[in-house]
Amino acid sequence: MRMIVLGILLLCFWLALSGHYTAFLIGCGIAVSSFAVLASKRMKIDDDEAVPIAVIAGIPRYYSWLFWEIAKSAWNVARIIVHPKLPISPCMTVVDASQKSATGIATYANSITLTPGTVTAGVKGKRLTVYALTQEGALNVEAGLMDQRVRRFEGRT
Amino acid sequence: MTMIVELISWLLMFSGSVFIVIGAIGMVRMPDLFSRMQAASIIDTFGAGLLLAGFMLQAGFSLVSLKLLFLSALLFYIGPVISHALARAALHEGVKPILSKDRRGRLDAGKHKEG
Repeated sequence: MRMIVLGILLLCFWLALSGHYTAFLIGCGIAVSSFAVLASKRMKIDDDEAVPIAVIAGIPRYYSWLFWEIAKSAWNVARIIVHPKLPISPCMTVVDASQKSATGIATYANSITLTPGTVTAGVKGKRLTVYALTQEGALNVEAGLMDQRVRRFEGRT
Repeated sequence: MTMIVELISWLLMFSGSVFIVIGAIGMVRMPDLFSRMQAASIIDTFGAGLLLAGFMLQAGFSLVSLKLLFLSALLFYIGPVISHALARAALHEGVKPILSKDRRGRLDAGKHKEG
């Protein structure tokens, strides 16, 4: 199942980037993507971490939420920058990720970093060290709304 | 219709450029490495994202748009990894962030608070 999904995705990627649809080039695409699938099987990297098919269904909902969060916090950070007094109150804190899989924790940590104003500066097991530009941002991360969202996102199968 | 798409596209590109300029000003104004990274983070997520969205509207429904989408996905996945590596390396090397409050010991002291 995982191999088939990976193969189809690779072939679509090839077709999208090539833009020429002759029999020879499509044949090359099929050959190359099946070779890549076989190579990843032989290298034993065809696991849940490399091809997380479980989360595909939740992508539209989580990503649209994440884009909106990024927009809001980008606006906040931009306002801080143009403010004459530069009202920052930098803060470091720790949070525990509640996700079960490595994919979930990586998604959570990366989402924190993607959001302007917060960055994940360390991951040890499930404990994330987070730097926030304002104390308010740190408290938001501690409140764990994003954590719940990511858990719901990875929980779909 | 074309007029509206054109207008939205220019609006996206213009606001993207504004956010990039603000991010650049922020990188100069912020006091230390970690807060500068936050200003840079506006540029590489929001500024670049808006710009690419504007370009996609310019290109219309075509392969070029799809390639621009791949480009934004690439930025979207690589950006946080690089920022994380930079922050981690800085902490590891002993760069002390300027903090108004350090809450790193919050989960170790006493009972674990749910959060």
